[in-house]
Amino acid sequence: MHHKKKNNTKIFKQFGAFIRKEFYHVFRDKRTLLVMFALPAVQILLFGFALTNELKNANIMVVNQASSIESKEITDKIEASPFFTIKMAEHNAENVETYIKQGKIKAVVIFPENFGRATGKDNTVQLITEGTDPNIAKTIINYINAIIGDYQLTELNKNGTKMPFTIDVEVAMLYNPELNGSMMFIPGVIAMVMMIVCTTLTAVSVVREKEFGSFEVLLVSPLRPILVLISKALPYFVLSFANLIIILLMSKYILGVPLKGSVFLLMAESMLFILTCLTFGLLFSSIAETQAVAMLLSMMGMLLPTILFTGFIFPLENMPTFYQWLANIVPAKWYFIVVKDIMLKGVGFASIWKETAILGGMTITLTALSLLKFKKRMQ
Amino acid sequence: MRKILILIQKEFKQVLRDKMIVAIIFAVPILQMLILPWAIDLDVRHVSISIVDLDKSTYSRDLISLFSASESFNLYSYYDSYKDAIQDLQMNKVDVILTIPANFERNLIRDNGNQLSATANAINGVKAMLGTYYLNMIIKDFNQQIVLEWYPQIESSLSNSIDVRSSVWFNQEGDYKNFMVPAILVLLLTVVAGFLTALNIVKEKEIGTIEQINVTPIKKWQFIIGKMVPFWAISNIVFIVGLLIMVYLYGIPILGNVGLLLLYANVYILSILGLGLIISALAHTQQQAMFVNYFFVMILLLMSGLFTSIDSMPSWAQTISYSLPITYFIEASRAIIIKGAKFSEISNLLLILGIFVVIMNGLAILTYRKRS
Amino acid sequence: MKHKELIVDGVNITDKYAIYAENLTKKFGDFTAVNNISFNVEKGEIFGFLGANGAGKTTAMRILSGLIKPTSGTAYVAGYDVYKEQEKIKNNIGYMSQKFSLYEDLTVVENIKFYGTIYGVKPKENKERTFTLLETLNLQNEANKLVGSLPLGWKQKLAFSVAIFHIPKIVFLDEPTSGVDPITRRQFWDLIYDASNKGITVFVTTHYMDEAEYCNRISLMVDGKIAAMGSPAELKNKYKANDVNEVFYHLAHSAKRIE
Repeated sequence: MHHKKKNNTKIFKQFGAFIRKEFYHVFRDKRTLLVMFALPAVQILLFGFALTNELKNANIMVVNQASSIESKEITDKIEASPFFTIKMAEHNAENVETYIKQGKIKAVVIFPENFGRATGKDNTVQLITEGTDPNIAKTIINYINAIIGDYQLTELNKNGTKMPFTIDVEVAMLYNPELNGSMMFIPGVIAMVMMIVCTTLTAVSVVREKEFGSFEVLLVSPLRPILVLISKALPYFVLSFANLIIILLMSKYILGVPLKGSVFLLMAESMLFILTCLTFGLLFSSIAETQAVAMLLSMMGMLLPTILFTGFIFPLENMPTFYQWLANIVPAKWYFIVVKDIMLKGVGFASIWKETAILGGMTITLTALSLLKFKKRMQ
Repeated sequence: MRKILILIQKEFKQVLRDKMIVAIIFAVPILQMLILPWAIDLDVRHVSISIVDLDKSTYSRDLISLFSASESFNLYSYYDSYKDAIQDLQMNKVDVILTIPANFERNLIRDNGNQLSATANAINGVKAMLGTYYLNMIIKDFNQQIVLEWYPQIESSLSNSIDVRSSVWFNQEGDYKNFMVPAILVLLLTVVAGFLTALNIVKEKEIGTIEQINVTPIKKWQFIIGKMVPFWAISNIVFIVGLLIMVYLYGIPILGNVGLLLLYANVYILSILGLGLIISALAHTQQQAMFVNYFFVMILLLMSGLFTSIDSMPSWAQTISYSLPITYFIEASRAIIIKGAKFSEISNLLLILGIFVVIMNGLAILTYRKRS
Repeated sequence: MKHKELIVDGVNITDKYAIYAENLTKKFGDFTAVNNISFNVEKGEIFGFLGANGAGKTTAMRILSGLIKPTSGTAYVAGYDVYKEQEKIKNNIGYMSQKFSLYEDLTVVENIKFYGTIYGVKPKENKERTFTLLETLNLQNEANKLVGSLPLGWKQKLAFSVAIFHIPKIVFLDEPTSGVDPITRRQFWDLIYDASNKGITVFVTTHYMDEAEYCNRISLMVDGKIAAMGSPAELKNKYKANDVNEVFYHLAHSAKRIE
């Protein structure tokens, strides 16, 4: 009994030494530390403010062959809307194709010669959109239609022909009343950036040791594999968590994302997510033999899928089933849902237990896999 | 000249000898080209809606049937109370809830107008906007039906309205693959060209072989060219293979001139190689190089209009977008591939890319101090 | 191209010395890595450059091989000015660094060909010398093996042979034998003597004091300065020591900068 206790303290001491060593590694390298903290922060700010899927200030061109009051009024309405910027206004459609090809404009609104002058005669507005991005093309068509529809309605009312039985719709935009695109993007960016940073960092650091041969030293140490793995992962866990807190603070105080739910819940979920990413990194490290390979794997292999399958730029529900299934193995997808729900909707654990369970399950599976790989190496 | 040739030869041998690296350079981009484009579809279809019908009248039933017939909507469920419906919204099961108030039909006729209310989950702003837009359209149709039922004579004044005849140029089918395949190709090219160069030079730094090179009579520019040529060649191979996949597998024709596209691609590759060189000069370890690289690649990808529209960004962010070479290359490749642009129409883009090549490589030479 | 002759105190440096250094100083900020050192190395000499870690050996060597410029002082290597003619210096020296300097992912022959070409050895000449080199090192069977797969001792011998492949005037060796077994070290020094016999001046830093005995002359650096210089016999006499090791201890004892 006594002996066993002594043995335990010994293991504990060894374990402590390992952890200390890992911390030294990580925290002495000031440059890497800077990179690790500064880059994600800059990215969150940049992408948080800049990225949106919405249509805003789309550059369009108006070809007004009519110069009637009506065409002028509609043009003003288009210009006044937040969706469009009239970049060019010409009286003929000569240059339309060139401009579109050059990417200067996304759409053209053409008022024919007789537009508006004699009511009932040639009252067709021609709208040409550029279909490279089908979503934008479609949205432009919808919005122009809506603007012109609105215009007509006000005109009708002006003329005294009040429409009978008007049905109004009062719309409430829940969770994001200003329809601020970054509300959706910021949690996505957080999930994506953290996933890439945590995973690559862990993978590369472990492989780096492998490459320099110091990993072998760890392998022959008396410490149990699981403890070696934990000591490797712990500094990165601390680092990533600090990083995440900075990012979350930034999104609340600089980007203005509300935090409606519990801070504790968010922290707990964030820890779980970081853990998942770390174990992902460990798994990568067991595949790669050189740093270059680990990096290329995580850059080329992971970057694009993470951007795609987190689901903040590209809606997952639009994807074919196979891809939706594929997205399920991307931890960032689940964390994105969690952050979104806690921060914006203020939901409690009851609403996100499923996501939590999935992240937890992933962590356990990945740890087990890494351990297995690790043990194989020792034999 | 012989010195440069042997440098290039050495680089090729080293890269091609590492089977894992070769696999990653070639297989990963190709695999991603094959798999990923199918996944992307930004089209907002099937907005899920729940309807709370507190009226249960003929009109409310008519309205509901309009929604269930609509292609834009996916009628998730009906409820008798708003409280039940809001839970679906919270669980992300529906995007919009439409509430038809009690006595809707009666009050509409009695008061010559009435109000419906809709609640949208606005976290996904695009979906909320489009969803409510579709909703408004359906209700407008419904409204007209009722009006015409009561006052058929009003039709003439309605028909006198303005028509919008819209047409889509280029990519008429609205196929997302036409949008995404060239984008992914550009992305992979960027990663291969920028990343490999930087990583490769830093690796020599880390191992220490660069020290040996520094004491040899090799000049700075010779060393740089020796590094650039192999990666320039590899980038070209990746790009051409990618183009073949695009044309023959995805059936996306290059409407413009292929030679023109390759010209733009090569000027772009040179500018990105310059970026890789700058990073390699600044970083001391592969780890640092990777993170800096990752940082730039992310910015290049996300700020360049590859996935989201630059017009929609705030103006300061647009300034950033327009100071990235990738923005112009994406513009050019979409113009050439999808819109069939001629050189005269996009010559300014080549000029800008050329300026980037000069700036990037000039900076690289400045930063890349042989003695450090 | 023949450079101008240098006459200092009536002595033609270019003719007499492979390396000529006077009051050479290198500062990094406040830190003086090399402090006012002066020494000459004669042509064909094996010159040992000794000192504890951090004494300034590597910095001095980097200046002499044209990698960095000194802060002040004069130095000529192979008759070329270290301030202005670094490129010419590089053409005339060989260098073998502490870190292993060959490419592990290239084969033996590829490495030789690479460095030979870099130094402007003509292809035909390159082939012939490669053949001789492989024969001397007894590496014929390993010619097409990756350098990474060779044992360390072989690698070091190969690295040295590659460093003098272009027959430079001077070869700089930065701790060439660290981590190598005694037998290989012995063989390594045979190679150094061979080179010296061919007229190549050898400038070598080392940790092993027994190796210092193999040098014609040695200098001992302490805290950036040269504390003693002379042939091993002279130094042992002066400090009444049995071997160079004792000399070293005697002098290094006072060192303030030890890593």
